[in-house]
Amino acid sequence: MTDGRHTLDVAPLPTYAFGNRGLIWWGTVGFMVIEGSMFVIGIVVYFYLRLKVTDWPPSLPNPDLRYGTINLVVVLASILPAVISKRAAEKFDLPRARFWLIVLILFGLAAVVLRAFEYTTLNCRWDDNAYGSIVWVLLSMHTIHVATDVVDSIVLAVLTVTYPMTGPRFVDVSENSLYWFFIVAWWIPIYLTIYFMPRWL
Amino acid sequence: MTDAMALERRQMITSADQERLRRQLADTWYVPRGIIGWFSVADHKTIGRRYIITAFCFFVFAGVLAALMRLQLAVPNNHFLGPDLYNQIFTVHGTMMMFLFAVPVMEAMGVYLVPLMIGTRNIAFPRLNAFSYYVYLFGGVMLVVTMLMNTAPDVGWFSYVPLAGPDYSPGKRADFWAQLITFTEVSALAVSVELVATIFKTRAPGMSLNRMPLFVWAMLITAFMVIFAMPTIVTCSSFLLLDRLVGTHFYNPAEGGDALLWQHLFWFFGHPEVYIIFVPALGIVSSIIAAFTWRPIFGYPAMVMSLVATGFIGFGLWVHHMFATGLPALGLEYFTAASIVIAIPTGIQIFCWIASLWRGRPRFHTPLWFVLGFFAIFVLGGLSGVTLASVPFDLQVHDTYYVVAHFHYVLLGGSVFPLIGGIYFWFPKFTGRMMDDGLGKWNFWLLFIGFNITFFPMHILGLEGMPRRVYTYPDNMGWNTLNLVASAGAVLLVLGGALFVYNVVRSYRWGLAASENPWGAETLEWSVSSPPPTYNFLHVPVVEGRCALWDRSADPPIVTGIRSDCREVLVTDVMDAEPVHKAEYPAPSIWPFLCAVVTSAFFIGSIFTPWALPVAIVPLAVTLIGWFWPGKKKERRRDEDAMPVMREVRA
Repeated sequence: MTDGRHTLDVAPLPTYAFGNRGLIWWGTVGFMVIEGSMFVIGIVVYFYLRLKVTDWPPSLPNPDLRYGTINLVVVLASILPAVISKRAAEKFDLPRARFWLIVLILFGLAAVVLRAFEYTTLNCRWDDNAYGSIVWVLLSMHTIHVATDVVDSIVLAVLTVTYPMTGPRFVDVSENSLYWFFIVAWWIPIYLTIYFMPRWL
Repeated sequence: MTDAMALERRQMITSADQERLRRQLADTWYVPRGIIGWFSVADHKTIGRRYIITAFCFFVFAGVLAALMRLQLAVPNNHFLGPDLYNQIFTVHGTMMMFLFAVPVMEAMGVYLVPLMIGTRNIAFPRLNAFSYYVYLFGGVMLVVTMLMNTAPDVGWFSYVPLAGPDYSPGKRADFWAQLITFTEVSALAVSVELVATIFKTRAPGMSLNRMPLFVWAMLITAFMVIFAMPTIVTCSSFLLLDRLVGTHFYNPAEGGDALLWQHLFWFFGHPEVYIIFVPALGIVSSIIAAFTWRPIFGYPAMVMSLVATGFIGFGLWVHHMFATGLPALGLEYFTAASIVIAIPTGIQIFCWIASLWRGRPRFHTPLWFVLGFFAIFVLGGLSGVTLASVPFDLQVHDTYYVVAHFHYVLLGGSVFPLIGGIYFWFPKFTGRMMDDGLGKWNFWLLFIGFNITFFPMHILGLEGMPRRVYTYPDNMGWNTLNLVASAGAVLLVLGGALFVYNVVRSYRWGLAASENPWGAETLEWSVSSPPPTYNFLHVPVVEGRCALWDRSADPPIVTGIRSDCREVLVTDVMDAEPVHKAEYPAPSIWPFLCAVVTSAFFIGSIFTPWALPVAIVPLAVTLIGWFWPGKKKERRRDEDAMPVMREVRA
């Protein structure tokens, strides 16, 4: 081979990157777009079915506001541990990142428990009519996301204890918070749709 | 972001260095062998090959079903197939072709070729890639098994309610259809996320967005279309499953539901679906024309904008499938206009290709013949499509054979012909052998003539009132001759298909050995051996122009500093592909396969009982955790040097 080959030497580059400079972010956002599309369709279907009838909910009482609203407060409050955990991860501050990740998990568990109560006070069943069906499905789509993200976060928290932390692991903690923001953000329109559309429309 | 200039330097690289690098890369990027190994592979080329072969197996199966249909319809009042079996056959034919062949095979071409074309070692999220293949495979097997057990879906490939609802379709046939959707869409969505991440973030340095091959642009746009369209059909088919399994009322008008909701949701996906099938073929056509004229495609910016425009406009057409449902006129007018407008970007592409062929001196090998066949057949299909965009005309021919003719012209002409041309084109790269060009020309003419004899008469049959999806027809309608002609054409199509399979198998074993670049083409996959090494490139290249190989300078720069003792790849910037960081891809693993088994068992179980969900949760969690749990040695020894000092962990 000839000597003095023209090269681009990337050895000095790091092995991780936070946010959209890194690769994991793109996978996370890709799934956020997919799941977000499903939430959009769910809400669109809600309004489509609303336009089909005059009485809404049809022959049923409105859902009780209590547990849904408490859950809204819990979920919005969970933004704080998610933000702190994310920022700590981006500074490679392992104890702080781990602690606030665990706090986040506790908020998530609370949200799941509250969600179980929400189902009991929706004042409709999925097989009552189309309104009942879409309300249960909207709520369940969100519940599945909360529950799986809580499990995800638990596994991640375990890894921060049992496994030596490298750059990519800190990126994982940061991306985990990003996905949590997505889940929180979608609760707002879904909450408004389920609990307030019957009262406003 | 690091300025690429700061990373440039001259280095001495001896042939001993090259040899050592080659051995280490082969060692690191090994493809596992043995039974467990077969299920653990995470290499995009292996998975891509499996996808392509599996998709063609489904193509043959669905093609046989079509041949049976043509046998049944050859003469009036025929009883070769009874009505129930016929319903299952046309439903499985359509479902298998659309969901198990057309979309997966195009995604598979992307899975195999995109990482090679953009200069990286593997597709992003390689284990997800493996998972998506197994989920696809199991879904397809499920459908075939239903066919063999007289419980195949029988409500058409778009499964309209209320026919497919609990009232009119007892049993589980429609549920198998609905759950097949879940299998194939999960698979396609996963691949699409991988493709977006791969194309945006792992291109070789120097391959800015405006230097990407047109095939890569096509796959990128297709991936975005999948991401935005497929969630709708997952939702839509899940609502059907829920209606049938647990008594929800989404599509039940008696309880506030709506049958038209199904049509809106389905076609909001269904129309982009056909562009998902079509756009990759446009990329294949560009690749073939460039290679066989030895010139870059004319009008690159116009070509890219046309692909983007097709992708966008394709989301605004869906109601043209619903013109006969009584929707308000203003809405119908909008969709008529949009359905005509989408012909414009495709027309621009065709003119650019014609200009490319005109300027160059084309070499007429088999792939280019299939491209010419695409021009003829697809343009005819596009013309019948423009007629169908007119509501008054559509109201006359809706649900007749005119529509069947139209969509076969655009699908076979627009996608299958370029695909087969693409197989002839890339076969040397996939296998290291050339396909027989003489047999290829016979293949082309058999398919081209057979196709037109089969499907052209269907335009006339539709205009004469023959409806779709009838298992037979009376003797006195005046449809006899044309049906017989169409069935005769189908014989040629079967012969053409058989010749294709024969050519593939024969060439695989005895074809002429292929060099790196037998066609003299310009994209990066042609710079490596045929077939490529498992690590794709000995050195990741630095791209210097839009035609990577034709624009190479005398001393083309290469990337060094990517580790060869672990599966490291270079991650670059979205716009200009400047190096940003390095990422380690995971090693081969059995967990994606196990996760796919559990997922498939869950999907199939939930056809029969909602308890499948709680039962599946723990195994799903276990397999997912096993999949994502970090490997032991490789990550630990890496990268502490690149990280700032951390605070100590207190036990």
